[in-house]
Amino acid sequence: MVTPPAISVNNVVKSFKDVKAVKGVSFTIKKGEYCALLGPNGAGKTTLMEMIEGIQIPDQGEIVINGLTWKSSERELHRILGISLQETHFFDKLKVRETLDLFSSFYDLEPERGNEVLKLVNLEEKHNALVKNLSGGQRQRLSLAIALINRPEILLLDEPTTGLDPTARREVWEILFRLKKEHNITMILTTHYMEEADYLCERIIIMDKGNILADGTVDELVARNNGAEIIEFSIEGEAANGFTLSDEKYNLVGDDKNEKWKITVDDIVSNLPAFLEEMKQKDIKIKSLECRKMTLDDIFISMTGRRLDE
Amino acid sequence: MKQFLQLTKIQYLEFFREPGVIFWALLFPIVMAWGLGLAFSGKAKQERTVAWVSTSPDGQLMKNFIHDTTGNNKEPVKILGNTKTGFVTYHFVSATWQDATLMVKRGRTALILGEGRDSIKYFFDPKNPEAQLAYLQISAALKNASGKEDTGEIQPLDQKGLRYIDFLVPGLLAMNIMFGSLWGVSYSLIEKRSKKLLRRMIATPMSKTAFLFSYFVTRISLSTIEAIFLLFFSWLYFDMTVQGSIPALIAMVIAGNIVFFGLAVLLSSRTANTQIANGIINAVSMPMMICSGIFFSYHNFPDWLTIIIRQLPLTIIADTMRSIFTEGAGFAETKMAILQLTATGLLFFVVGKRIYKWY
Repeated sequence: MVTPPAISVNNVVKSFKDVKAVKGVSFTIKKGEYCALLGPNGAGKTTLMEMIEGIQIPDQGEIVINGLTWKSSERELHRILGISLQETHFFDKLKVRETLDLFSSFYDLEPERGNEVLKLVNLEEKHNALVKNLSGGQRQRLSLAIALINRPEILLLDEPTTGLDPTARREVWEILFRLKKEHNITMILTTHYMEEADYLCERIIIMDKGNILADGTVDELVARNNGAEIIEFSIEGEAANGFTLSDEKYNLVGDDKNEKWKITVDDIVSNLPAFLEEMKQKDIKIKSLECRKMTLDDIFISMTGRRLDE
Repeated sequence: MKQFLQLTKIQYLEFFREPGVIFWALLFPIVMAWGLGLAFSGKAKQERTVAWVSTSPDGQLMKNFIHDTTGNNKEPVKILGNTKTGFVTYHFVSATWQDATLMVKRGRTALILGEGRDSIKYFFDPKNPEAQLAYLQISAALKNASGKEDTGEIQPLDQKGLRYIDFLVPGLLAMNIMFGSLWGVSYSLIEKRSKKLLRRMIATPMSKTAFLFSYFVTRISLSTIEAIFLLFFSWLYFDMTVQGSIPALIAMVIAGNIVFFGLAVLLSSRTANTQIANGIINAVSMPMMICSGIFFSYHNFPDWLTIIIRQLPLTIIADTMRSIFTEGAGFAETKMAILQLTATGLLFFVVGKRIYKWY
């Protein structure tokens, strides 16, 4: 028997009044896969997630989770999904433990489950603290604890680290990483931090304006962009206002203020001498130069002309 | 059941962990009852004027009554009352019938005494609590002075419960039920929607009915606690008692909660904006608070408006509660109001739940 994919999204469309938030999106997620939905604000990530979570109903298309649909199997799907919404505020006046007791009652779970998830998210020492007194990172970990309370098979996390400082973000990453290793959970997380997607997920789906722009592993995405390496540089003099290179394959791009330029090459070592020679011939003086691997951010910029965090 | 108990528990925790709420829900009505009760019902010293019209030159009743009064001959003064109801200083102004009616029109007096050969006629608006009090005190004092049974021709009010506090407390109870539901349920639901907590909760197997029912049960029990506090205080301080049926009063508290809970669900059904929530709740509650006769009788409004006012839930609750408190009403007199409030509340609830935006 073939096991169904954890999540299958087929040609899903969703509009709000005049805005078409999701424009016919399709993909499948395998069991045990960690997938990042990457895209800037307004890309349609949250709407797509909410349709998978059963909070919104698609205008068109179908979403199947573990072979089940929301229409026919709402109760069962509630039991296998663990959800953390973007910017949820819990009950300010409740204590951490009371909040967990409330949510565990929805799943008819034993009270000890609260302690177990607190341990999973390293929040045991805060069990008696009022939610309003938690820090941003602690609140996110509480949200994660609530997502985990029903021992979900699939975790859906909407921007789980937005607004957190780097240390708090790292802590959440480590928890998610451990879950993957120890519990074989399937996960979709939305983020606009490419570093987060790169660190946690083997699969990346890049969304913009309601469409999927790219889908694959980081290496696949890089390979598909005709080059795996970047030469980034800044220049002096009048040329800074705009110039061209003879070879179009370089895919020369300048930033907003033309302060930084970059070209994409398949191999820095073989392309750098020719590039430097051309710059010398054009009498353009290079102020700084950096050679590096291509990142998800570069891929996004090459696809849309915008940065992920814009 | 487990989730319902948990949901109800968190409602209580949210309530009692907010000191401000405890003040507004429990102590504020008492402070109001105390302040307004003092101002209007006679714990403080009060001055009242009574017009005295003599229609018989040889009538002795008023002469005997005021012969031991202080003040000048033109305007005798008598202090009546007791320590419980407070003392009122009555100024007896001798006047012609025409002048006396003018005094009433101008608001100088609420009671005219018409003295016949050996009887007194009392002329007053039975709806006016101030006149009722004056009538009661003066007729009782006249009876003591003459040693005879009261021979007054009008005796429209002969039971306990004629002070302003008797008018006020049932109204305060009704108002508390309204504000408890509108702020405690409507605002709380809208706030949970604006914080995306509602959306998070329905993304679990939580029963929506259990969730809403936990609010209702919390409101019923809290408004009972609030009512007990206020009634205990009113009994202790103003010697106020419920003359009618206690079960009918409890049924009214429940029916009042049903109607305002239904209204609260309806008002909170769509918006996620707490500013709008403020506006909606005020827009609904303030006109009712002003018009429904909580603090002052609504009989002074024009007749056409009075017809509308009488249909407002707060008016129905306040009027029915007053009839239970002061007129000795039971289920027979209140069942229509209870039914009307319950049916209206259920209608509001069904419509509200149907259009409810959970995310």
